[in-house]
Amino acid sequence: MTWPIDAMTAVLIIPLVAAALLAILPGYRLSARLNMFAALLSFLAALSLVFSRPQPGPYLLVDDLNNVFIVLTTFVGFTTSVFSASYIGHELEIGRLTPTFLRFYHAMYQVLMFAMNLALIANNIGVMWVAIELATLTTVLMVGIYRTHEALEAAWKYFILGSVGIALALFGTILVYMAARPVIGEGLDAMVWTTLVERAANFDPALLNVAFVFLLLGYGTKVGLAPLHAWLPDAHAEGPTPISAVLSGLLLNVALYALLRFKMLLAVNPNAVAPGPLMVTMGLISTVFAAFMLYRRRDIKRMFAYSSIEHMGIITFAFGMGGPLANFAGLLHMTMHSLTKSAIFFAVGHIAQVKGTQRIADMGGLTVTNPVLGWGLVLGVVAIAGLPPLGIFMSEFLVVTSTFAREPWLAIALVFGILIGFAALFLRLNTIAFGEPRGATGEAKASYAPMFAHLGLVFIAGIYMPAGLVAWFQNVAKLLG
Amino acid sequence: MRGLAFDVAHLLAGSLVLLSFMQLYQDRLYALLNIFALHALVLALSVAWQAYIQDASHLYVTAGIALIFKAIVIPVALHRIIVRLGIHREIETVVGVGPAMLLGMGLVALSMVLMLRVTPEADPLAREDLAFALSVVLLGLLMMVTRRNAVSQVVGFMSLENGLVLAATGAKGMPLVVEISVAFSILIAFIVIGIFLFRIRERFDTVDVHALDRFRGEQS
Repeated sequence: MTWPIDAMTAVLIIPLVAAALLAILPGYRLSARLNMFAALLSFLAALSLVFSRPQPGPYLLVDDLNNVFIVLTTFVGFTTSVFSASYIGHELEIGRLTPTFLRFYHAMYQVLMFAMNLALIANNIGVMWVAIELATLTTVLMVGIYRTHEALEAAWKYFILGSVGIALALFGTILVYMAARPVIGEGLDAMVWTTLVERAANFDPALLNVAFVFLLLGYGTKVGLAPLHAWLPDAHAEGPTPISAVLSGLLLNVALYALLRFKMLLAVNPNAVAPGPLMVTMGLISTVFAAFMLYRRRDIKRMFAYSSIEHMGIITFAFGMGGPLANFAGLLHMTMHSLTKSAIFFAVGHIAQVKGTQRIADMGGLTVTNPVLGWGLVLGVVAIAGLPPLGIFMSEFLVVTSTFAREPWLAIALVFGILIGFAALFLRLNTIAFGEPRGATGEAKASYAPMFAHLGLVFIAGIYMPAGLVAWFQNVAKLLG
Repeated sequence: MRGLAFDVAHLLAGSLVLLSFMQLYQDRLYALLNIFALHALVLALSVAWQAYIQDASHLYVTAGIALIFKAIVIPVALHRIIVRLGIHREIETVVGVGPAMLLGMGLVALSMVLMLRVTPEADPLAREDLAFALSVVLLGLLMMVTRRNAVSQVVGFMSLENGLVLAATGAKGMPLVVEISVAFSILIAFIVIGIFLFRIRERFDTVDVHALDRFRGEQS
């Protein structure tokens, strides 16, 4: 290959250049197209990483684990940019956004993609932290972009909670460095993840334990785990819908990925506390709590935000259980949840635009008035609730069965949470999609392609997974220990 | 020399904890800002001292950032914001001084017990610095929780962050400290600009559940 830059650098450079261009370029159509184009390029670059990987350096690293995340992130980033083009066009028409803010929005979108990609391929725990901080900042700005009272409240809450979270995560990162320093020596090497994981067996276990607690609380806030989730529903409900899709589908994953990296460090050290039970507890609490909270939601985006908390709980639970099967299930569930939840947000965004509101009480009979959107939403909710034959059914089934074999009581609690959430979702879906048409009616000027692309993938994954993908995921699951 | 280096570092880190305590019971915003400026100044001194004894010149940059940005620019900016928002006369009564101080003492005791127990092998300077740093972090968190005013919450966050910088500089030879302190400064600048642009006065909570429901679009 004679390319001047390799694919690993490309997934960072493309969004940065695009962000700079988008900040300058006027005109909505052009910038929406450029946004899509840049996201597509990043996706292609990420895809090429599957086939050939550059050598890891002290700052950047691509291995089997983060490659899954990068491909998923850039793919959803691309489809969301397609959705965003039609969504934002409508917002511009009704005057909710001005052209200046739009320029800002597009630039921020690419900065967010950059930050997430950097967090994923960082080989240095300090760089990873800085990238997650940058991602938090950009999403705060995007959540508050409508500048209504509610949006500002949501952004402020997200800001304060997110800042405290990343501050705690930094303290944990410093402690990991302190634990590594006597073994590896001073300087850059003691923050490079590949070096850390090689030598982690000799780290001081007590220091590593305390570090993990801080990291779990810190990055756990960003994952949206139960006692620390307060920012998540507001941020999802008040920001532009493409951002809700990216938040739910991607940013939560990125924070979880950071946590997984540190979990792998602890797993290597024989004397450190097992991180599994902590993650299992938080995951289970999140799942059950969010499932009950689903019942009282009257805002459609807020409802799906709670559903995200529920699913992040299931994923954290699965990774906490550990072992090849549960890790495989967790990884699969994460992928399926990202695809499904962003597809749902694509549908919800257009529905809210047609109805002019996000209140569930003002929506009804969507399958009659807007059949494509309505049935798209039904399909999405069927998928997210975990009905066969879609992908989430398979991953939830795997999580539950692998748990049953080891801890039957935990499995029962988890199933209980899933069923409660299931019933709540269908209760609300019934109001929104069927029955008498309610609320404003109109045609949606929507691009349905992203939504159905995601749902199609979820459907296919539920029926047939290519052997190569299964082998890849199994490999990653083994890596996670 | 070894003894002196240790004592001065100890003195500065200990003063930071003391100043964090002083922030807890300030009920006037101006006084709070003044204490915070002092907090940042002591942090700058502490970082500079670490730079000197560790012979790490890049830490002087961090000290400079702490001095110019956090001890001068931010307090002055917040001062003006308080005047503009017309909240300079406000007196906060959230949690009484007594309970807040007791809680604070509990947190400091907790961090001492935790950090000194888990780091028996580290060199004494680093481990005690870390214990002080965790105390400052936890006191900052306590302040964010007990205050309602957005400005004092931000001050709480900044003193929390000072604790983190203290921890990072105390960890000998830690890379990326300068980068991290720059990243934090950007974060804080955003917060301050946010307060100013959007005139955020209070944390958005209220005892009126009705209003809360309306904000969240949850009312049927």
